[in-house]
Amino acid sequence: MVEQPPDGTRLTMTSAASALALPTPVSARRGATAEPTLVRWGLIALAVAFLGLFLVVPLAAVFTEALRKGLGTYFAALTEADAVTAIQLTLLVAAIAVPANLVFGVAAAWAIAKFDFRGKSVLITLIDLPFAVSPVISGLVYVLLFGAQGWLGPWLQAHDIKIIFAVPGIVLATIFVTFPFVARELIPLMQAQGTEEEEAARVLGASGWQMFWRVTLPNIKWGLLYGVILCNARAMGEFGAVSVVSGHVRGLTNTTPLHVEILYNEYNFAAAFAVASLLASLALLTLLLKSLVEWKTRRELGRAAALSSEQPS
Amino acid sequence: MGSMVPPATTARAILWKRPSVLPGFGLAMGYTLLYLSLIVLIPLSATFFKSATLGWEAFWATVTAPRVLASLRLSFGASLIGASINAVFGLLVAWVLVRYRFPGRRILDALVDLPFALPTAVAGIALTAVYASNGWIGSLLVPLGINVAFTPLGVVLALTFIGLPFVVRTVQPVLEDLEPELEEAAATLGANRWQTFARVILPALWPALLTGFTLAFARAVGEYGSVIFIAGNMPMVSEIAPLLIIIKLEQYDYAGATSVAVVMLLISFLLLLLINLLQWWSSRRMARG
Repeated sequence: MVEQPPDGTRLTMTSAASALALPTPVSARRGATAEPTLVRWGLIALAVAFLGLFLVVPLAAVFTEALRKGLGTYFAALTEADAVTAIQLTLLVAAIAVPANLVFGVAAAWAIAKFDFRGKSVLITLIDLPFAVSPVISGLVYVLLFGAQGWLGPWLQAHDIKIIFAVPGIVLATIFVTFPFVARELIPLMQAQGTEEEEAARVLGASGWQMFWRVTLPNIKWGLLYGVILCNARAMGEFGAVSVVSGHVRGLTNTTPLHVEILYNEYNFAAAFAVASLLASLALLTLLLKSLVEWKTRRELGRAAALSSEQPS
Repeated sequence: MGSMVPPATTARAILWKRPSVLPGFGLAMGYTLLYLSLIVLIPLSATFFKSATLGWEAFWATVTAPRVLASLRLSFGASLIGASINAVFGLLVAWVLVRYRFPGRRILDALVDLPFALPTAVAGIALTAVYASNGWIGSLLVPLGINVAFTPLGVVLALTFIGLPFVVRTVQPVLEDLEPELEEAAATLGANRWQTFARVILPALWPALLTGFTLAFARAVGEYGSVIFIAGNMPMVSEIAPLLIIIKLEQYDYAGATSVAVVMLLISFLLLLLINLLQWWSSRRMARG
């Protein structure tokens, strides 16, 4: 991290500086540091072709295949009983996993960003750990812990508690794979914001919770939303980890991505792509919301920079 | 120690946390450690304990079985190729998005994150549909003798897809922050555009490029959902290591599944360490510059 000057002017100074140092528009660049027009358009064409081939074509294929047999088949596939229960289960799992990781993310970011303690970088690495683990292994660890042959298996069986091949296992595996999303979004943001505003709130007599709700939360709301959007997309779309712990019981432990797999393996391609198109729409919505939040934060940063340049301290 | 030192100083020397007027450290830290332990640390260490009960010889026999070695070779080899493709094209895409203005740039920029947002199973069946012999692109390639779907080439394709955003998103901010004065100076000193790129811009991008490459590689090694549909999953040929773990689990070979998992975990942790070192290196370089 950058060292912080003690006077607390860092935030306003950096945002003012970044507003001044906006990238020069290409048209204003001098010829000596710009590529020849032919090279420029060649590179653009190559990049567009690469992204088109890898991103746009597969995305278009999902919707084309989904509608291949007409709208009737499409909606029939989405309203069929197994599809509906799969979608309900996906919503339920996300409704548990996302808030759980949200609370954890805020707590972890508060401890890490606002206080100085030993072993901080180790803690950050440990929080990032689930991203380094294969989704299949993320499921496997819970099978080894809670499965019939696992450490706690006999005890769970004796008390008639089912975790693996049941909904709790799916929730746990989803929490594991989406574990770092909110925390890793908030930690750098709260570190950059420093502690001055919270300290001021405390000095003015705010209680801990008042300070949190009125100062910290409004400051981090966009970063928090950003993390939640990404966390939710992964929670609803997770396949590998959930596949290991679910047991694929149709109508019971089947999430939407697993339902896509079953339909596909049954050669019911139109239905598989119809359900897949639902998940692809969710992905597009995620990208749209993500861009909106990015645009919003950039505008707020710009406004803060404009304010601080109007009233130099 | 002891009587000579004032008690306050001793306390501070022993204390692992610097005092602060802000509240909630104990609660936040306690919850963080509890949740981290319950969800991540205890389950992960259970895997290592399980493999330890196997005994070294059984472990070694499992992980050196030809089918396991073939799957590890495919997983790591295809990931390496995929990450290399992404290093080259990710740099190109980042460059085009940062330096040039053209219609559709913003949409393209937002679309780069699609592999993060699209569920892997959807990516898998979509790529298979496109590259199968009757698909849009597959029908053009198959007459040329290029079979992508259901071959190791399909594995490379899927792993390139899911690693695509990493290099773009690590290189992009560095490229945006690059000072134009450096390039102007190079041009003033008589360097042509290519020399400026190779000797001034590229060296500044190296740490970000390497970090993105390693992230894409680490992600690809563990990938499962997008690969299994397009790979064909033939043992010894197009069977990736994560799939082999699932196959062993389905055969109730928990010991075998755990052994393969432990090998993959160890390599993943090494990669994580490497990523941290790279980021430390690049932040030091940035601080010096």
